[in-house]
Amino acid sequence: MWNWEYSLQILPELLIALRMTITATVGGFALACVGGLLLALAARSRRKPLALAAKVLTEFVRNTPLLVQIFLLYYSLPLMTNISLSAFTVGMIGLGLHYSTYLSEVYRSGIEAIPKGQWEAATALNFSKARTWFSIVLPQAIPPIVPVMGNYLIVMFKETPILSAITLVELLLTAKNIASVSYRVFEPYTMVGILFLLISFPASLLVRRLEIKLNRQRGL
Amino acid sequence: MDVTVMSMLPLLLEGAKVTVLVAVLSGIVAFAAAVTAGLCKLSRWWVVRTATAVYVEVFRGTSLLVQLFWLYFALPFLGVELPKLLAAVLAVGLNYGAYGSEIVRSSILAVPKGQWEAAIALNMTPYERMTRIIFPQAFLRMLPPFGNLMIELIKSTSLVYFITLADLTYQAMLLRNNYYPMTPYIFSLLLLFYFVMAYTVSLCTRWVERKAAAGRM
Repeated sequence: MWNWEYSLQILPELLIALRMTITATVGGFALACVGGLLLALAARSRRKPLALAAKVLTEFVRNTPLLVQIFLLYYSLPLMTNISLSAFTVGMIGLGLHYSTYLSEVYRSGIEAIPKGQWEAATALNFSKARTWFSIVLPQAIPPIVPVMGNYLIVMFKETPILSAITLVELLLTAKNIASVSYRVFEPYTMVGILFLLISFPASLLVRRLEIKLNRQRGL
Repeated sequence: MDVTVMSMLPLLLEGAKVTVLVAVLSGIVAFAAAVTAGLCKLSRWWVVRTATAVYVEVFRGTSLLVQLFWLYFALPFLGVELPKLLAAVLAVGLNYGAYGSEIVRSSILAVPKGQWEAAIALNMTPYERMTRIIFPQAFLRMLPPFGNLMIELIKSTSLVYFITLADLTYQAMLLRNNYYPMTPYIFSLLLLFYFVMAYTVSLCTRWVERKAAAGRM
């Protein structure tokens, strides 16, 4: 039933597609890291409308499917504006926007864990707002949340097959294309599953180890 | 433009019914799988623990969409042909069950040790201990994370569109074929539909949490 020769034959093509999957994940994650921080900062802002807007946006994006958000971006941008972005760009922006709302929560938890004394010390030392954030708060807030962010990186990696819906030729769409040419469906889809597992399982073990190590450093 | 929201609603509501059906059924599968796998991970026998770990890691380690494709398109090559709805419910349910198993496991382990000891001291059988003492307490801890998981599950049901199950997303795509210039409008409406569903669940979990916790925690 399982044809080894055929599986090996399609492997190179799948590996090329895997690179695309990884590139989209990394690009989306970078956007989400920046977007998440901006959202977290905006939600804490003293300007009420800005804080409210950040919170509403977060709730809305988090409670709606990534697939539909990507459809909205990809199919309505060309209709509403003259901008027509590639599937890859839209995919990365969609992933980045969606996950920035998750990461903003993660940043928030990290920021809230900073003892009040640290803020007071910054005030006492007459630090500017930017200096308080970048020299005192963030350097302490970010290390403990790295494992959680790592988990979201893995989650994002597993979400990339959705981008095949807007014709981004990542792993799943490549498998689909292979299957439609050869009429052999079983091997391509199984291989895609195995490739995902081969990356995300070791990655999640690494994240778990990092978590234990960080907890030990902090004496937990 | 002669097409209004009113004329689109019937079709979208038709899709919403399918989405709710898939969400409810796969929610039930997910809960059952989560409780079973969560308990099996705490089993005394390593065979049971290993088998459960394999299930959990395979379903968590691969993508839901890949699992859906595998169940619906690849499985027939092994001679197993699943109807669309069953494939959708199994893929979503087993996927979220794998995530939920960790919730069940950690909630059970979080029940104070004294409760286990008290149950043993009262000479309860392991079955009685679990069903009457440990699980009811662990269940309260499971509610908030399960609520979040359900919201993720509802959103993920949009993927069943890929196997042409006529859910909300599918109906919206049909509408889009007919009223192409209204695309931004249709997708915004679609987002609103999902938001209402997901938000209802999050309000419900908050309510159930309050009810269940009353006088207990």
